[in-house]
Amino acid sequence: MPPTHVPTPLAESPAIARSYSVAIAGSGGAGVMTAGSLLLDAAARAGLYGLMVRTSGPQIRGGEAAALLRLGPQPVATLDDRFDLLLAIDWQNLHRFADEIPLGAGSLLVGDSDAGEPPEALRAGGTRLHLLSLKKAAKASGGAWVNMIALGLAGALAGVPVQALQAALRASWKRGAEALAPNLAALQQGVAMAHGLPGERPLPLQPPAAAPAGRWLLSGNEAAGCGALRGGVRFVAAYPITPATELLEWMAPALTRVGGTLLQAEDELASVNMIIGASYGGVPSLTATAGPGLALMTEGIGLAVAAEVPIVVVDVMRGGPSTGIPAKSEQSDLSFAVDGLHGDAPRLVVAPNSIADCLAATEWAVQLAEALQAPAIVLSDQFMGQSRAVIDRPAQAGVAATRLTASAADTVDAPAYQRYLDTASGISPMAVPGTPGTVYTADGLEHSERGIPSSQAGDHRKQLDKRQRKLDRHDYGPQWADVEGDADLAVITFGSTTGAVREAVARAAVQGVALRLLSLRLLAPLRTESLAEALRGVRQVLVVEQNHGGQLLRYLRSRADLPGRASGLHRPGPLPLRPGELCAAFVDWVAAHAPQEATA
Amino acid sequence: MNELAPLATLGAADFKSAYKPIWCPGCGDYTVLSSLTKALATIQRPPHEVAVVSGIGCSSRIPAYTSCYGFHGVHGRALAAATGLKVARPDLTVIVTGGDGDGYSIGGNHFMHACRRNVDMTYIVMDNHVYGMTKGQASPTTEPDWDNKLSPGGTGIRAFHPLVIALAAGANFIGRGFSGDPNGTAAIIAQAIRHPGFSFVEILSPCITFRPEQKGWKEIVRAAPVDPTDDPALAARRIMTDDGFNIGVLYAGHRNPYPARVGLAERSVAELEREFEL
Repeated sequence: MPPTHVPTPLAESPAIARSYSVAIAGSGGAGVMTAGSLLLDAAARAGLYGLMVRTSGPQIRGGEAAALLRLGPQPVATLDDRFDLLLAIDWQNLHRFADEIPLGAGSLLVGDSDAGEPPEALRAGGTRLHLLSLKKAAKASGGAWVNMIALGLAGALAGVPVQALQAALRASWKRGAEALAPNLAALQQGVAMAHGLPGERPLPLQPPAAAPAGRWLLSGNEAAGCGALRGGVRFVAAYPITPATELLEWMAPALTRVGGTLLQAEDELASVNMIIGASYGGVPSLTATAGPGLALMTEGIGLAVAAEVPIVVVDVMRGGPSTGIPAKSEQSDLSFAVDGLHGDAPRLVVAPNSIADCLAATEWAVQLAEALQAPAIVLSDQFMGQSRAVIDRPAQAGVAATRLTASAADTVDAPAYQRYLDTASGISPMAVPGTPGTVYTADGLEHSERGIPSSQAGDHRKQLDKRQRKLDRHDYGPQWADVEGDADLAVITFGSTTGAVREAVARAAVQGVALRLLSLRLLAPLRTESLAEALRGVRQVLVVEQNHGGQLLRYLRSRADLPGRASGLHRPGPLPLRPGELCAAFVDWVAAHAPQEATA
Repeated sequence: MNELAPLATLGAADFKSAYKPIWCPGCGDYTVLSSLTKALATIQRPPHEVAVVSGIGCSSRIPAYTSCYGFHGVHGRALAAATGLKVARPDLTVIVTGGDGDGYSIGGNHFMHACRRNVDMTYIVMDNHVYGMTKGQASPTTEPDWDNKLSPGGTGIRAFHPLVIALAAGANFIGRGFSGDPNGTAAIIAQAIRHPGFSFVEILSPCITFRPEQKGWKEIVRAAPVDPTDDPALAARRIMTDDGFNIGVLYAGHRNPYPARVGLAERSVAELEREFEL
């Protein structure tokens, strides 16, 4: 990817409003995540939208950490190219974040005057540096926390009203009232420090004039859990793993309240088989994991294919292979999700493309799994899963697809209930244990329509066809992809990268460069006819993704006829693809494929 | 203990399917199937309210030979599938069947955790100290000097002691049966099903195809000389000091089973979602 960056006059475009990007960094225990969360909450209270990404060193708990925020008047789906402000409570190990917190000539670097000099790596871009007595000021304010000084400073510089900052702090306060006053004072002092910075003039961010009906603040992991409940999941078994654990921790008490249960399994082999057992029992079931867990689950997912048991496996992707980069994002499990089972094993793979979509896509995955009696893998990732965002209240999905169950009536005209009956749709009624007259044995061995183990060629072929047909023939509706624009050059992407791609496409449009955008939500089975339709009139495609090998590009080229010569733009994690670099790359790519150079 | 309760309406035959079992002649599993159906007849729950869950192996074929709901999953994971089923559907009677390789080797971790989790279900292991389906390799309970193609001269490693592990890990009921004693085994299984929590029944079930010397087991098995105990320390001493051929209920404890928490919804999903509202 070309490192060159073409500054874009964003604020001049009505499509792209001004936003403010803040990084609050420090060593473990400094409270940077608390300060970041409160800032996001305060911005939300002020009517703004925002996104907060958490980042930390390889040890996950303890060590250096940073809260990365972007605030603005419109929903925020991606981090910006550069940060307007890096506020460091200390400089310890902060050089490790130099790549993740890009600064530019207009950026502000604020640190503690007693913490020494900032690392050279952070100053390279010609930032403006201000050193202030952060810790001393906190101590002087009745022993307040230094992160409250940071909250006031960052909030004021971002243009968030002080009343909103105070309200956020009060709402989150869980300790005694006597300790609140000094922290409120510290917050106020941080605000005053910001306004006293020589040469800096904070501009307030303007909330949207027409306030939407309702807004939510949540993480992608919470959104996925919520979508699972909406879809009807009432049993979860799972093994803790970063970055999926928060999804499970949100679901554990929530499931109990809605009459379900979550069970912590001894390993991922157990968790996938537990949800298969529960779903065989008639209860929609889900597990959540990351790449290493998905790898362990593959034999079980194959069982769900063969025995036709609906299950949902949420894979919150992180850097791989092996233990990889556990707390940082990457879209590198795609090949494994679409192809990584033994035997011919049709499965569903659904990829949410925003924090809000984590809810809708997971709910959809539950419905698809139930309706098609097949395993569905939801490819979320660490960026969406562990980030929090202000979103518009998600709409309720339409009519829920449900499982086709069997009753004794299904055996009236047949000698016995045929669990794996070869129907036109490929979907056969699934008996729920406890139902009289439809007893059968679910089996991972190849079987006859009756469910009796069979190694005969005819039975194998019939059941393979049935399992493929039920997925192929289903009407997935318009959710299979987001298709935007009608230009004759198209960018195809999936998952969390969609946010940056969408903003880059908007920026390119400001420069007079038109692009069509396709974000694929249903990755398997690939809707080749819908894809061809969505690409009608397109001369060339560019496939954008966050992994090393260009997995989506390879997948699409192996399954679909893409127009022109498909090319790829991909980079592994943990650094996110940024809208500015994508926009610059798009502009170059379009220039290289100007119409006069195109071949028929 | 060897006397079965009088049958009311359902007989053992009502729990057998129409399929003829596929096992070698002389396999102990034939009579274990018979003991299982007899035990189910004493329990008197209709077959469609019972689920029989298994993994892979000769003995794991049992579900389809019963008239109950069956689940024939992948190797070693029967206990996991059964745990999910029972926790999601506490109204069902759940029985897990399998062999020593399936349960103690590839499924060993699940065995340990099923014992400590104490979900109310019954685990029947047909132990023949050999992998039969793959034609004669050493299992975890095989004697260290048993010569076979995969481990010439024997594995050289001591045999796994499933009952000791089960007791240490927290199983709430431990019994040992012998396939040559179908009525006695049926009684142990019925007791195991009735006992709350995780019940473990190890059944010596000879594989005379690959371990013809096991024909001699019928000469050495004996009823355990003492009554079952609820004292784990006493049970441990007895289990660790017997020679593996004492038959009967060896331990029946009082641990509370894993609680059934599914069913009652106190809130709607829409109510839960309010926590996200700004």
